[in-house]
Amino acid sequence: MKRYKSLAMATAALAAMAIGSVATAQQSMEDPAREGYYSALKGKKVVFVPVFMGLDLTEGWSKLMATQAEALGYDYEVRNSNFNTAAGAQTITSLISEKPDVIVVQNPDVQSYARLLKRAEDAGIAVIQLNMKTNILTTGFVGADVIAIGEAQAKAAAEVCGGGDTPGKILVLAGPPTSPFSAYMLRGYENILNDRDDVEIVSVQSTGAYESTKAKSITQVVVQQHPDLCATLGVWDAPDIGTAAALAEAGLTDQVFVSTSGGGGELACKGIREDMWDHYVSYDVPGQGRDLNALISQALQDTNEVGARKTVLYTPLVEFDKSNVDEQSCWTLDSLK
Amino acid sequence: MKNLFSSLNFDQQTIVTILFAVLFVVFAFWLPGFTSTGNLLELVRSVSVLGILGLGMAIVVIGRGIDLSMIATLAVPASLVMTLAASGYHPAVAIGAGLLFAIATGILNGVLVAYAEIPALFTTLAVGIGVAGIGQSGMFEYDIVAWPPALDSIAWIGRGKIFGLPYSILAFGVAALAVHIFLKKTRLGFFIYALGDNLAAARISGIRVRPIIILQYVICAVIALFAGLVLAASAHSMDTRIFNLTWIYDVILVVVLGGIGLSGGRGGVMNVIVGTLLIGTIVNGMTILNVSYQGQNLVRGLVLLTALMIDSILNPRNEETAKQGDI
Repeated sequence: MKRYKSLAMATAALAAMAIGSVATAQQSMEDPAREGYYSALKGKKVVFVPVFMGLDLTEGWSKLMATQAEALGYDYEVRNSNFNTAAGAQTITSLISEKPDVIVVQNPDVQSYARLLKRAEDAGIAVIQLNMKTNILTTGFVGADVIAIGEAQAKAAAEVCGGGDTPGKILVLAGPPTSPFSAYMLRGYENILNDRDDVEIVSVQSTGAYESTKAKSITQVVVQQHPDLCATLGVWDAPDIGTAAALAEAGLTDQVFVSTSGGGGELACKGIREDMWDHYVSYDVPGQGRDLNALISQALQDTNEVGARKTVLYTPLVEFDKSNVDEQSCWTLDSLK
Repeated sequence: MKNLFSSLNFDQQTIVTILFAVLFVVFAFWLPGFTSTGNLLELVRSVSVLGILGLGMAIVVIGRGIDLSMIATLAVPASLVMTLAASGYHPAVAIGAGLLFAIATGILNGVLVAYAEIPALFTTLAVGIGVAGIGQSGMFEYDIVAWPPALDSIAWIGRGKIFGLPYSILAFGVAALAVHIFLKKTRLGFFIYALGDNLAAARISGIRVRPIIILQYVICAVIALFAGLVLAASAHSMDTRIFNLTWIYDVILVVVLGGIGLSGGRGGVMNVIVGTLLIGTIVNGMTILNVSYQGQNLVRGLVLLTALMIDSILNPRNEETAKQGDI
């Protein structure tokens, strides 16, 4: 009996020791990746060269980039080119000699910065292009697949206008002719509409530098010529405020299907709710910010030669209209964290 | 002396009027729907803001100045009005604040030109950049300021129609009439012609030229604010980035094309109207024709060159007509 007792005691003691040792092991342990990660980021420098600050898009991206920079302890800076391509080129040129670690650039058109961006990469600066792409690939691209936006908009318009009930007349309101958001978007529209006999693009006009006043006058002239206009396809939400205003004044809000696209900010939900637009393709700025921050972090940690690896991250697009606008979380600057 | 000027005006203005008439007839003949009432109203409506700006610029140019800050004064004070109204101030307070801002800009321009005697070209360029900079450095949340519902009580100035006539055209008409009366029927208006024609002679004959120079920039700034409110009401928003665009050249184009010489002292409201209509016709016709953006710029440039060439052939510069300060 006594023997059993001591055996039980021994077992209990052993068990206690085992539990105790496990508890010791659970107390703490070093994550081997951590130190390398933070030290790779600390003190690095990232510069953002936007086409223009003061827009919901650029302010949104910039806030998200600044937040990560602060959390991870690297420098973040904005050099605004104020819608001036020459000033932007100048900025990039001087950055090439300043040698930050990463340049995040939004291209005003498909051509202007291309060579400079290549020179920057040759100089060892990783270049991440944001939403507006030039015609060369660099370390990274984060942004919408503009052709896909165009196709989504054109499909929605063709669904409403096709079928032969109406003449299927469509007005296209593009941006500056060489902007990726005009050139690629038009390709997207053409991909869908060129195959259709029941719809017809009656006019393709540029709104200049995305001017809503210009969008308004163009729309007013075109509805005079084509009172049976069926749809407008616009490349960006800001000028399409003018498009909607023109249609409202002509009493055609219900007749004309207005499709537009943008970053999905509060204006997007407001525009759909207030019947300015009927269809919106969002490229989701908060999602893009996340992708962008991931690419920046990757570029800062990368020890390979700059430009050896090129990553393209097309943003998943979100389409919405009045039926599902309430399910969208249209962001504001304050809601971006 | 006066006869000489009015005959000069007549020539330049006639050339542009004829050019306008020719284009109009060509478009009327070739473009179906061009002469419909709706399209003609739209033609004028689309350039009415440009026309209003042209009126303000005309006053300054007649007084031998130039105001390159006009687009900034169009965008920033109007956006200030909208921002204040959106944040709960009474529309009258908001408009008052915008008006003060515009007047302050005008006074700054005027004082620098009249008293510091800095050439108007540089003064207004710098002031314009400064005003736009104030606007872009955090005065507004975004560069595109939305028209607030609080201002809907005055939104009619840019939207809608009365008896089929769009209010923006009416606004242009009212501004044209007011500027015409000011220039031709008041003593101050006459003084502006006098000092634009010959500043020294005007001063010797007893006109206090410096305060009048200030006045001319203040009027121009107030007109710019008015144009800004019409524009913002019409487009439901004000894009403060327009300062960075080429609008100011369009305004100068309208004034010069219409026949108001940059050397000052000549021209009137009719010149602005003719210049505006010519631009409106070109843009409208080419939009109907679905001409590309680059194509439209090309044609606009060619028409301007044609007008200037015909003018210089018919009215060659000589010692009598060319004046010092002519750009």
